[in-house]
Amino acid sequence: MASPRLLIVDDEPLARQRLRDLVGDVGGYEVAGEAANGVEAISILQEASVDIVLVDIRMPMMDGIELAQHLRGLSQPPKLIFTTAYDHYAVQAFELNAIDYLLKPIRSERLAAALAKAQPLQAAQSQALWPLQETHDHLSIHERGKVLLVPIADVLYLRAELKYVTVRTRDKSYLLETSLNQLEQIYAAQFVRIHRNALVARAAISGFEKQRISEGEEAGETAWVVLIKGIPETLLVSRRHQHVIKAT
Amino acid sequence: MRKSSRIPNFRNLGIHLRVLLLHLCLLALLTVYDGQSGWSVSSWLNDLAQIGSQWLPPLLLVMGALTLAYPVINRWPYRLALMVIFLLAIGITALSAYGYQRWILPFTSAQYWQVMLLCVADVLVCLYYLDLLQRAYSPAIAEARLQALQARIRPHFLFNSLNAALSLIRSQPQRAETALEDMAELFRVLMADNRDLVPLSQEITLCQQYLNIEKLRLDERLQCDWQLEDIPPEVMIPPLILQPLLENAVYHGIEPQSQGGVVHIEIKPSGKSLLLRISNPLPPRSDKSGGNKMALKNIRERLRLHYDLEAQLRQYEADQRYIVEIVIPTRPLSEVMHG
Repeated sequence: MASPRLLIVDDEPLARQRLRDLVGDVGGYEVAGEAANGVEAISILQEASVDIVLVDIRMPMMDGIELAQHLRGLSQPPKLIFTTAYDHYAVQAFELNAIDYLLKPIRSERLAAALAKAQPLQAAQSQALWPLQETHDHLSIHERGKVLLVPIADVLYLRAELKYVTVRTRDKSYLLETSLNQLEQIYAAQFVRIHRNALVARAAISGFEKQRISEGEEAGETAWVVLIKGIPETLLVSRRHQHVIKAT
Repeated sequence: MRKSSRIPNFRNLGIHLRVLLLHLCLLALLTVYDGQSGWSVSSWLNDLAQIGSQWLPPLLLVMGALTLAYPVINRWPYRLALMVIFLLAIGITALSAYGYQRWILPFTSAQYWQVMLLCVADVLVCLYYLDLLQRAYSPAIAEARLQALQARIRPHFLFNSLNAALSLIRSQPQRAETALEDMAELFRVLMADNRDLVPLSQEITLCQQYLNIEKLRLDERLQCDWQLEDIPPEVMIPPLILQPLLENAVYHGIEPQSQGGVVHIEIKPSGKSLLLRISNPLPPRSDKSGGNKMALKNIRERLRLHYDLEAQLRQYEADQRYIVEIVIPTRPLSEVMHG
């Protein structure tokens, strides 16, 4: 039987070195790769098969918690062990939800025990980690068991359609299985609600215009629409959200 | 070093302002009821202005005299010093009252005694107030020290640096030794009694040791740019004023950036003061954690304890950088001590 393959994710080179040494001491595991942040980790995970991910919590670009949330979209999510130097809240959250974590500096016995009983992150645990997540810089789109990262800065608007939310960037649009309300809460700083079913990136608004509506319940009436930078589409501003026009 | 420190520091602007304000309140109270019917705000203000113009010259003379005499008085025993301050105040008031009645407006002798009695009461009230102020500060010093000790180094830093040192032991034992030595010295300072001022050079060395440890962890992501311009030798500053700011700069400005960045440290004289300016790149997202404010609040508190109103701490953002500036007076050690 081939030995389980590990991925080490930590932004500090020395911390990665230390984990590599310890995994060597424990024996029976193979280090498949190293990543300095969540984004790197995801691109490695798309290519290589990895059984267990050792992930630091506080990292630039994409922190460990955000990485964990995205990994749940993989068809065969790897098992997860969090590592942290000191984070009172995280440790508390981990203990409450029986999520495996290691406190740095890590002892090899402790590492061996954690590797032996590592589990993929469960849905309930993932929700418990939600408030700890510091970086919300990417949306993860799941396509055929792969995870596609869309930087939130590239998103022009989000529109709810039946079960899905359409994520529109300059060049493409994606489908995301979540609720608009949840997205609104997380990205309140970057996005503004203009309609019951739409959020627009503040940075993507190029102007407002009065137009005659051609379809839907209010066909024939004139209403305000948002002009969006870079694409010819417009989005309707509902009467309830017209204060947005004055504010921007 | 802190002998007879119960005498208020009469070379501190804050003390003078407080005494002036106290007098304004006392005089306002004194004139609020003048025994005549038909009370009005304008007559009250009129009375206040009149009595103020009589009261102010001797008051300013007394404060001036105390400012001059402070270094001498400060060396005397507490009781003697109090007596001297008391006599000085009474003497100057008596002389100016005499001068007033001689050249400006004759007093009756009853009025003269009334003035002197008021003056004695006034001096007693002032001294009592300053003593209260002093007492209010002293437990705060102990507390601030304790608080500072607890808040200063992030556990995050301690455990991460231990982890970095551990990882070096196998591959580069000598670097591991240096790192542990730096940490030992850093923690020695952190655990020392940090109430007294230290030479600036000592704080700078400490900061360099601290940054060495951080550089070990963050590697080329952390770059430091020191600009030390003709710093007067022997400048004393409160200990651990600079280090927590650098820790903030690294924690909030460098660690969240995958490309890293530069921390600028600039120290230069500015007039009669010393300017310390630390800047770091703004974090890519607004940081939610409150640790930043904690350290700044702590430093502000300690600056206030050491310098009262004469030191400043400013923070602002400019050119995508977060900047913290501290201005502290550079006067001889004996004079800046307060409380």
